[in-house]
Amino acid sequence: MSRNGGSRRSNRSGASLPEVSTIAAESSDPVVCEVRKPYLLGNSLTGGYGRGSDILHDCTIAVERGKIAVIVGPNGAGKSTAMKGLFGMLDLRKGTVWLDDENITDLSPQARVAKGMAFVPQTSNVFTTMTVEENLEMGAFLHREGMKCAIEQVYGLFPVLRDRRRQRAGELSGGQRQQLALGRALMTQPQILMLDEVTAGISPIVMNELFGKIIEIAGTGISVLMVEQNARQALEIAHVGYVLVQGRNRFTDTGAALLASPDVRRSFLGG
Amino acid sequence: MSVMDLLNALTAFANFVLIPATAYGAQLALGALGVTLVYGVLRFSNVAHGDTMAFGTMVTILLTWALQESGVTLGSLPTALLALPAGIVVTAALVLGTDRLVYRFYRARRVRPVVFVIVSVGVMFVMNGLVRFIIGPGDQRFADGERFIVSAREFRDWSGLREGLALKTSQAITVVTAILVVVLLFWFLKRTRMGKSMRAYSDNEDLALLSGIDPNRVVAVTWIILAALATVAGVLYGLDKSFKPFTYFQLLLPIFASAIVGGLGSPPGAIAGGFLIAFSEVTVTYAWKKVLVYLLPDPLEPTALVQLLSTDYKFAVSFLILTAVLLIRPTGIFAGRAE
Repeated sequence: MSRNGGSRRSNRSGASLPEVSTIAAESSDPVVCEVRKPYLLGNSLTGGYGRGSDILHDCTIAVERGKIAVIVGPNGAGKSTAMKGLFGMLDLRKGTVWLDDENITDLSPQARVAKGMAFVPQTSNVFTTMTVEENLEMGAFLHREGMKCAIEQVYGLFPVLRDRRRQRAGELSGGQRQQLALGRALMTQPQILMLDEVTAGISPIVMNELFGKIIEIAGTGISVLMVEQNARQALEIAHVGYVLVQGRNRFTDTGAALLASPDVRRSFLGG
Repeated sequence: MSVMDLLNALTAFANFVLIPATAYGAQLALGALGVTLVYGVLRFSNVAHGDTMAFGTMVTILLTWALQESGVTLGSLPTALLALPAGIVVTAALVLGTDRLVYRFYRARRVRPVVFVIVSVGVMFVMNGLVRFIIGPGDQRFADGERFIVSAREFRDWSGLREGLALKTSQAITVVTAILVVVLLFWFLKRTRMGKSMRAYSDNEDLALLSGIDPNRVVAVTWIILAALATVAGVLYGLDKSFKPFTYFQLLLPIFASAIVGGLGSPPGAIAGGFLIAFSEVTVTYAWKKVLVYLLPDPLEPTALVQLLSTDYKFAVSFLILTAVLLIRPTGIFAGRAE
């Protein structure tokens, strides 16, 4: 039942995923049946920045392979903080982070990049003094071999970047800049792409276009985790949505179910 | 005013202003490139730069003497050019060692840039002491080979003008070497993977880390380039004038002025700044009488030297320009990153 059943690696860390309950494979099917488990899992994360007070409280976020997960919630709900917690940019006091069955709780953000996690920060997410193509080359710093091919793929996804390849990233418009930020992250050949409010400050038309691209990216098997201010639009494309309030999970369901829920609509989507 | 007068004026100008200022500008530009590179990548103003130049030059001088003693020379070129690569290697080892011992500790703590500046003051004192301890505080001459490419007398005999035009070997070498070094540096920064990753790190450290760029490699390569730039600049200056540790410490002011005028963190700015400072310094402290006697009609001919500022005050020029830039356009001509 899991797409990654055949390629599932053995558990190197020696511990098993906390919430895995084995569904006995009682059929005569020779393929071992597995529990469908998330590709990326932040389990009961509690923590904050440095010695400051905790911002996340027992917060759990999971992303399935090739699926889009969205974190929404009011201002100060700890949405970005939850994402940073998953990426190792937070001091966790409790909880564990799992990537493809491996405990990565103690890995540095750079080590996570090498493991196939890519992060697009909300601001300063391109090298402004470098050209568009150089930005993409820097994304491919760890994967020199397939660089030419990967750049072509990014240009295929975002044709405007090809037209501006010699231009400095600082001269791009807001929407183009976010496309480049996404492109740079894709150049790291990630298995999971984490986007911190990529649609902040861009027009609705460009935003819809960008969401379309994100669906396309997820279609290639890359998991996507987004933090979004534009909650309604984001939930429309989300396979799963997390509503956080004050660093805690408030509602968790499919995007469609959250959009349909009167509670969620009333509290977070403006009716 | 005859054509002869005009030619004499031009020759005097070239001899006393254009050529010396160009050579000096090239030396300042190389120095300022080192300062600007450290500022861009490591994010602090390296006060120890002048003494790093002195150290690199000292090592080159010691090696030059050893070569001269064993009878190895470069013919009409200065032997120091032969010793220069080894001087760079030793200086690179020194700055890498300093980074390992001193700067890395503060980098790991992510201290504010001002702390780094203070730390580099300490490094400056240690390097300064090291140089004086090894070679002494006095003046050292190490230039050998042909002194002039064109001497003033040769030029006068050849042209029939009253004014002579001299081109020292050291001046020609300075300009040629500076051009080579700058071309090489820009090629490295623009075209190579390592150079691009240095620019990326300088542009946005966090994003560079998210792209998988290794910060330790970037830092190490920056120090090696700095060692090369400082040693080349120091040796060229020493060949052109002479080597004295205190003079190199004093060079810090015009070098920083160059880097800041051009825009800290901007390599093209450092080059432009170097020439701007050099030309300002030379034109303001030059006695223009020699040029003006040819250009002005007899009744207006100056009787005084027409020197705006005594050469003793040449550092005031850097200081004034520096102050003006910081007041009017703090980011420098090429809009560097400093605020």
